[in-house]
Amino acid sequence: MTVPFLLFFVCGALAVVGAILVIAAREPVHSALALVLVMVALAVLYLLLGAPFIAAVQIIVYAGAIMVLFVFVIMLLNAGVEERTDFSSIAKYVGVPLGFVLMLWAAHWLWHSQPAGAIGTAATTPAASSRELSVELFRQYLFPFEATSILILIAILGALVLAKREE
Amino acid sequence: MSVIPVSYYLALSAVLFGLGVIAFVFKRNVITIFMSIELMLNAVNLAFVAFARAHNQLDGLVFVFFVIVVAAAEAAVGLALVIMLAQNRQSLSVERMNHLKL
Amino acid sequence: MEFISQHSVLVASIIKIAVLLLIVMTALAYLSWAERKIIAHIQSRWGPYYVGAHGLLQPLADGLKFLFKEDLTPPTADRLAYLLAPFLAFSLAVTAIALIPFGPPSVPFPFLPGQQAFSVTDLSLGLLVVFAITSMGVYGVVLAGWSSNSKYPLLGGLRSSAQMVSYEVSLTMSVVGVVLMAGTLNFNEIISNQRGYWFHLIPRWHVFPQIVGFLCYLIAAIAETNRIPFDLPEGETELVGGFHTEYSSFKFAMFFMAEYGNMITVSCLATILFFGGWLSPFPDRWTWQVYLPGASLVLLGLYCAYDTVTTMRGIARIQLTVVTLLCLGAALLCLLPPVAAVIQGPFWITTKILLFLFFYMWLRGTLPRFRYDQLMSFGWKLLLPVSLANLVVTAAWLMWGWMRQG
Repeated sequence: MTVPFLLFFVCGALAVVGAILVIAAREPVHSALALVLVMVALAVLYLLLGAPFIAAVQIIVYAGAIMVLFVFVIMLLNAGVEERTDFSSIAKYVGVPLGFVLMLWAAHWLWHSQPAGAIGTAATTPAASSRELSVELFRQYLFPFEATSILILIAILGALVLAKREE
Repeated sequence: MSVIPVSYYLALSAVLFGLGVIAFVFKRNVITIFMSIELMLNAVNLAFVAFARAHNQLDGLVFVFFVIVVAAAEAAVGLALVIMLAQNRQSLSVERMNHLKL
Repeated sequence: MEFISQHSVLVASIIKIAVLLLIVMTALAYLSWAERKIIAHIQSRWGPYYVGAHGLLQPLADGLKFLFKEDLTPPTADRLAYLLAPFLAFSLAVTAIALIPFGPPSVPFPFLPGQQAFSVTDLSLGLLVVFAITSMGVYGVVLAGWSSNSKYPLLGGLRSSAQMVSYEVSLTMSVVGVVLMAGTLNFNEIISNQRGYWFHLIPRWHVFPQIVGFLCYLIAAIAETNRIPFDLPEGETELVGGFHTEYSSFKFAMFFMAEYGNMITVSCLATILFFGGWLSPFPDRWTWQVYLPGASLVLLGLYCAYDTVTTMRGIARIQLTVVTLLCLGAALLCLLPPVAAVIQGPFWITTKILLFLFFYMWLRGTLPRFRYDQLMSFGWKLLLPVSLANLVVTAAWLMWGWMRQG
């Protein structure tokens, strides 16, 4: 059991536990914290996969900004314990187990598949360093890059307009 | 063995995606439903990065970058909408938001 | 023995982490002493002088006090978040210090071949990882505010987290100019880019071409660490204690230490990015600068000796004698040639960090605090456009230079 394998299983288990806690937590704040745990575990997995830049971006943007926004909104709206509603019996006793079965069957099938290519655990391949990634971003993917910056501008304007109180 | 096969990462991605779908379908709080969407996006990101490493190409990583950016924009606008809705209906439960009429 | 030679990375890292943790903990404790003394002298009073000579044992007394205080938990508090917040804040604040190089990478670790002596890690994306860690630090504040289930902490937590997230954008933007000039995110290479001297006299530090970026970074860093003039969320006259109102004893001490830890981290970043890190400001021809660490410690020891003889009485006299002997012993150690060659890097970076910390405390004693709306409009409407303009001008200048070269 080498270190990369151990790290994969530990972080994978943490991610799955976090995802289950997102479903099982009673307070939305606890769900948000569990989701942050999932994201940090995934960032470590990206490091294992030789993409340190994406891991850093994941933590800075996803775990450090988007989830802070979620927690902020939960605090602002004072979201308390979720109301317990009555599920129909079909949903409770057939739906949830079937959902789990589907998920586990897909995972099992994928586990034993043989997709092309295999992942070595060498340290960062030179191709995935930030320099190569930015070369790709600014040459081949320049148009999507600029389009996403306009998208972010639109999102800022949209959020500002929506959140303004009617005077 | 020091080589972790791609299929392990894909299986983990499938598990996370499935849990995100279950959370999306069975939770009642609109913010928690939003969070399950983010969970699904993260699962997909993991699959992208795994394939990018397997084929030794950078296109998967660029796509992950864009998915993160688009998720940020979507979360911002979506949460602004949620705030407005919650103030309008005085409740965060999805069951109170199923009428088109305000 | 074979274990050590096979796992030299692990053993060296553990030793370096232990030493760094010890130094950082002592520094955090004595930073609180320094802050109280400096602010007191700015305000024409003495500060702590009773516990130990010059109040030097005050941090120990404070630590004991924090350990023995009653540990209250508000009954309606959210248990998980209430317990998690101070640990998260403190651990993240101290983790970022592990990425800082305190000396040149060419100095080898004793007894273990192939390991550097002065940095725990040397990541190629070091700057980005430091920003990742500080961006996670917002959670400590926001969870503390929410979980206390009370008005003042909630308001303080919300305001503080909004402030931290806003100024984080300006912080990262103001640093990109330096990254463009150095062409890398690695700390050691950024410092190496600052070698050399203009006119054989002025060091080629990044602060001179990037003065606007440095000022933006400084202001954003003060706002990011919640210090005066940006400390409305925890100001005592405004919000009782802000987000740490409901915390007592050891958890409060952890928030305290987390704040100082954040201060140390941003001071380290400022020295590395703008002031040349462990490089010396004096030209290399001036070979007498090798004796500077020893000389400064000798001066300190002489001052302590003078103080012992003239002003101290009783037990304070004994304590200050011990301090004097320690200073003179360290001075003697630094004057030995093998040590003197090695101690240059850490001496300079420590001096620059201490100067920044002094500046922080100087600001605290001097300026009033911003109102919250002034704070937010300053961050978004002035600081962010200025940082972006700095980035654009730097990029344009560099591109003009590259295009001229052909």
